[in-house]
Amino acid sequence: MVRPLGFLVGLGFIAALLFAIFTTPLTNEPNASHEFHKHPKHLKLASDGLMPHWDKAQLQRGLQVYKEVCSACHSLHLVAFRDIQDLGYTEGQVKTFAKGFQVPSVNPDTGEPATRDGLPSDYFPGPYANEVAARAANNNALPPDLSLITKAREGGKDYVYSLLTGFQNPPANLPKELKPGTGLHFNPYFANLNLAMAPPLTKGQVTFADGSPNTVDAMAKDVTAFLVWTAEPKLVKRVQVGWAAFLFLLIFTTLTYLSYRNIWADKKH
Amino acid sequence: MSFPWAKNYEPKQPLMKWLDEKLPLPRLVYNAIGAGYPVPRNLNYFWNFGVLAGAALVIQIVTGIVLAMHYAANAGVAFNSVEHIMRDVNAGWFIRYAHMNGASMFFIVVYLHIFRGLYYGSYKAPREMVWLLGVVIFLLMMATAFMGYVLPWGQMSFWGAQVITGFFSAIPVVGDPIRVWLLGGFAPDNAALNRFFSLHYLLPFVIAGVIILHIWALHIPGSNNPTGIEVKDEQDTVPFHPYYTAKDGVGVGVFLLLFVALTFFSPNLLGHADNYIAANPLSTPAHIVPEWYFWPFYAILRAFTFNFLWIDAKLWGVIAMFAAIALLFFLPWLDSSPVKSSNYRPLNRIFFWVLVVDVLILGYCGKSPAEQPYVLLSQLGAIYYFAHFLIILPIVSRIERPLPMPNSITEAVLSKHADDTSAATA
Repeated sequence: MVRPLGFLVGLGFIAALLFAIFTTPLTNEPNASHEFHKHPKHLKLASDGLMPHWDKAQLQRGLQVYKEVCSACHSLHLVAFRDIQDLGYTEGQVKTFAKGFQVPSVNPDTGEPATRDGLPSDYFPGPYANEVAARAANNNALPPDLSLITKAREGGKDYVYSLLTGFQNPPANLPKELKPGTGLHFNPYFANLNLAMAPPLTKGQVTFADGSPNTVDAMAKDVTAFLVWTAEPKLVKRVQVGWAAFLFLLIFTTLTYLSYRNIWADKKH
Repeated sequence: MSFPWAKNYEPKQPLMKWLDEKLPLPRLVYNAIGAGYPVPRNLNYFWNFGVLAGAALVIQIVTGIVLAMHYAANAGVAFNSVEHIMRDVNAGWFIRYAHMNGASMFFIVVYLHIFRGLYYGSYKAPREMVWLLGVVIFLLMMATAFMGYVLPWGQMSFWGAQVITGFFSAIPVVGDPIRVWLLGGFAPDNAALNRFFSLHYLLPFVIAGVIILHIWALHIPGSNNPTGIEVKDEQDTVPFHPYYTAKDGVGVGVFLLLFVALTFFSPNLLGHADNYIAANPLSTPAHIVPEWYFWPFYAILRAFTFNFLWIDAKLWGVIAMFAAIALLFFLPWLDSSPVKSSNYRPLNRIFFWVLVVDVLILGYCGKSPAEQPYVLLSQLGAIYYFAHFLIILPIVSRIERPLPMPNSITEAVLSKHADDTSAATA
């Protein structure tokens, strides 16, 4: 019984699929934005690959770019001030850095909302009180939190770097419906080509203490490197531990293979 | 039950003798995975994957229990609690990445285990029950993996839950009430997240229970082997320990090497970027894609685009997707050939490899957006998938002329070695 019934069921599915094939158009609806969309440029960082390390000077510059530029609109709510000790700051420097921020608090005498100086245990405060305030200030667009941004976008760090440096005038042959509307800016690396964020970086906007170049490209690289760190502060440690585990297992596997050969030596199989 | 020549457990120490009289647990282990279980001597490395799947389950349970100590199943904080594990819990990043990639490793070895069974006819008499229990384990794994993927409460978690629970709404009349009942609301929210967490914690132990039945059922006829010929006498077998514990040890080593490479060097390779964005019911991702191990079934689901015979295309897709797995339950009776191993089934061997390629193509289509040519490819792929099991296999098993087979496992082994030596001297 199983086989004749199975045969009929199979024919049923095949018939439904054949009808589906002949009723589905074989061409896709044209999507003009595909043609203008660009694949992200590759960005090489010290934290890449199988021998990664943190370029602390670069991360410190990136933190400065975030603080002086990005933080005007973007929060970083998963990162605490204490975390930036990883970037090579001393405990005292972290304390001073935290103090420079005002964080929400409660007035101990009246219970009214208040603010106080930041402590190392506090997280980076966001620029807006809530989503409504954020949208109201940004032409109804919501600036995303940046803590995980290099992991939360297809293309990762390459995408973030390309987006930051990719603003340009719309090409002359861009169809009218793809032209940026009011408050939007053309960027070929963005999925639908036009985004609400204005070009955030301008040449010379940030002055680095170490005198590093502050072109748009250099600042974009620095802040992207910083955001790779915020997305995964344990990245370098992860790969280092991975090598230790890998080498241990390589020895383990070799030994198990040798004992396997030994045990089976007298047994044809 | 075992072969008459199976070694008998004889405790020597007084303590073990005492234990054996009161609770013969060591005897059970000895007979199940020790020297008391005779196994065909000719198993190849494809027979490692059962043990590897067991190892993967243990890794998932251990890492999962630790994760549950730090995770908070509440829609308001779930996403941030996972990031808390990644950033602030000691070695939390390792436990979490191991659990995340452990799921993928579990599916990789289970798929290889299944295809091993398909090629060597391990589903056939006298091992039908082993196969049926295996399909039950596979279904439980899929449910567990799906619910686990929802727990981080990222965008893909939320929208995956939306799509998968949406299958139930395809059922006529009662579909929507069933979906609302299952979710505990009109859309995935705190109620759904909490019950998924509860079930995600429960099901692995159910899987462990069914695995015990799976091994129990296996031990009655004993293991299949690459020739598919049943064990005839003692020289066909070797004791499981030390022979296959040693061979499985090599397999475990290689498995862990790959596992470690994936977990430490590229932990997000098989994941999806959108799941690092917290769930947002107001923003739909451009492409909703399930985890890779569901891609072939997702492609089958989406292949049905026509309301054939007054049945809605969506319902067709859902029925077909479940049928694609459910038909495996009937496989032992769909394939009537008395020959097990495809080494001796020239026709079946060809169709087996076509099926492998077909499933890979379906997987690729399931990953890709619902555009041409992927829609057409998944339709053709789905046609072959159903045709393979329901039409081709029953016919092939009837018309095929198997190749001449050796009389016993030992004869096959010895003739292989004779070939090797003659080839070496020639």
